[in-house]
This record gives sequence, C-alpha cells and structure tokens, in this order.
Amino acid sequence: MTADYKWQDGDWRQGVFDALMRQDIRQVAYVPDAGHSSLIEACHETSDLITTVLTTEEEGVALIAGADLGGQRGVMLMQSSGIGNCVNMFSLLSVCGFPFLTLVTMRGEWAEFNPWQIPMGQASEETFRRSGFLVYRAERPDDVAEIVEAAARICFDSECAVAVLLSQRLIGSKIF
Amino acid sequence: MLDRRKAVKSLLAQRGGDVLIVTGLGSPTYDVAAVADRADNFYLWSAMGGAVPMALGLALAQPGMRVLCVTGDGELLMGLGGLASVGVAQPRNLAIVVIDNEAYGETGGQKSHTAGRPDLAQIASACGFQRTVTARTESEMTELRNLVMGAEGPVLGVIKANAGEHERVLPSRDGHFLRQRFKQAVGGVP
Repeated sequence: MTADYKWQDGDWRQGVFDALMRQDIRQVAYVPDAGHSSLIEACHETSDLITTVLTTEEEGVALIAGADLGGQRGVMLMQSSGIGNCVNMFSLLSVCGFPFLTLVTMRGEWAEFNPWQIPMGQASEETFRRSGFLVYRAERPDDVAEIVEAAARICFDSECAVAVLLSQRLIGSKIF
Repeated sequence: MLDRRKAVKSLLAQRGGDVLIVTGLGSPTYDVAAVADRADNFYLWSAMGGAVPMALGLALAQPGMRVLCVTGDGELLMGLGGLASVGVAQPRNLAIVVIDNEAYGETGGQKSHTAGRPDLAQIASACGFQRTVTARTESEMTELRNLVMGAEGPVLGVIKANAGEHERVLPSRDGHFLRQRFKQAVGGVP
C-alpha cells in the first residue's frame, strides 16, 4: 500500500506509516499539522485507508471509537495543542474500554518560538496520564517506527488508550 | 410541534436489521431505548458533542449498513464542527436525526440556541449535506422518515418537538457492556 506515495529520502514517517499498515489501521483522523504533513498526504493517497479531516481533535476521539464499534482500527494524528480540546471526550475511552491510538507532534518543549504553545505542550504528558493513557515518547528518528508499532500492539491487543509523543526535537522546531 | 416519544417510535417502527443507531446523551438515549433496547443501539451517556463524529466513524467502517445518529439540539450544538467533517467525508449511509425541543431538558429546560435564530437544518445544508427535512407535523414526519431511512446521505432530519419531559427509560450505563454487545451485533468481535 505504500507504493502510491513518494516519500522523501530519510523521512522517518515512512516507517511510521508502514508500522500502522502492519497493524491493520483502517481509519486515520487528523487535524492538519506540519509535523505530520507527509504522513497525512500518504494516508490520503492510500486507497485502502479512510482518512478523515476534523475541525477539532475532540471529534477524532469519538470518530475512532465509532470506527471500533464498526470493527475497524483507527489512529488520530494531532498536535500537542489539541490535547486539551479532548479531555471530556477521553471519558468515552476509559468508560467503554475503547482502544485508542494517537500520534502527537509536540510543541512548547524544544526551542519553541511561540510562548502560547508552552502551557499545553508542558501539560501534555500529565494530561494524557490523568485521562488514563499509556504514554510513550519518541526522540530519535531511528526509534519512531518501533515505538509506534509497539504502541499500536499494546493499544489493540490489550484494548487501552495510548499516546505516542513525537518530541519537538525530533520534528524540528517551527521556524517563522 | 411533535411529541418526541411518538415521533421516534414512528421513525423506528419499520427499522430493519441493517440500521445501526448511535444516540446522543439525555432524552434521545431514553427515546430510542423506549422503542426497544437493542444490541445494535449504542447509547451515549456523556461525551457531549460526540454523537455525530462517533456515528461518522461507524458509518465509514460499515458502508453496507445504514447508520442513524439520533441526538438532541444541545448535544449537536456542542459539536457543530462534526457537521462540517461529515460534509467533507460525504458518507452515503449516514443519517442524523435531531430531536429539537429548543431546550436543555436534562438541566431544567433552559433555552438552547435553536430557540433563537440558529437553524440546524440550514447549518447542515451549508456543510454539504445532501438533503435536510424539518418536521413539525405528522405528514412532515413521513417525509423525514423516508429521508433518514432511505435517501442517499449524508442527510439530516430535524424533529421539532414539544419541550415536555417524558418518563426516563434508562438503558444500561455500562459502557464496556454496550460496546461489546454492539460489536457482537455487527460482527466486529469474533
């Protein structure tokens, strides 16, 4: 399924995409984000994937839960600034036992230019944990695909909510 | 204005085995449960604003089934962006039914935005829904039923309902049970 998209050499997101495909992800929901942009394009160009753009991350929590009701595995791609938008909706996951996987590009933690990103970025991990998530962090390009695949396995095999934080050092800090 | 309990009963009277339902919290959950508590109903008891996107994810996963989201005006108003996401995704098998009593029945009947100028059917149309119907009379209910049960989606029907409260018919609140029961009913669990 990867043949449709032309990855740039060295783009670690190709490994992430392949890991998601190996784990039988069928739905991808996202809020547009620079750090995920090649992954989002690859998902849109993959005919076997249902790729849905959201107006807010909160929708993605409910959408992926709905996909599970229909027997499909999903993932949400988001940025750390969207975590706070989801907090009440996260109650769906723990109350019903929905497996839920999200990949989160981090802001507000590494050479951040925009101070408005820092409060949510710094609260990301604790917000997830207090909402019942397992949280993993990826810091180095060589590790990302393995971490994402392990996160997907524990998410769907053990039916739990899992967040993978893709560090701002990994993504590259935004240049204005 | 229609009686919500009677309207939902008439809407679901001819419900086939290919219709899956997600309900928004509060009275829509009770209205659907009052018709019949079925394994292929998924009731939300919270997650306000989540009924439409949840039904969207289900509709995309099960294109061979008809997915009905039965929700209220307050619940939908909390997640209006979901209508825009449905408008982009264009699921042909998704129908949304809003029981619009222009009030928050769970919290004491305070007026909702639909008591003012906002119009949920027009918002859905502007988001790219294929068709919408607003029903205030029995004959308009027939048109609405034909739309939400048969027309190519995404479609949205607004049932303009009296503000009066009905007996609360309370289905299970056990989310794990509701999820497993639903997934077994649609074949999502071996």
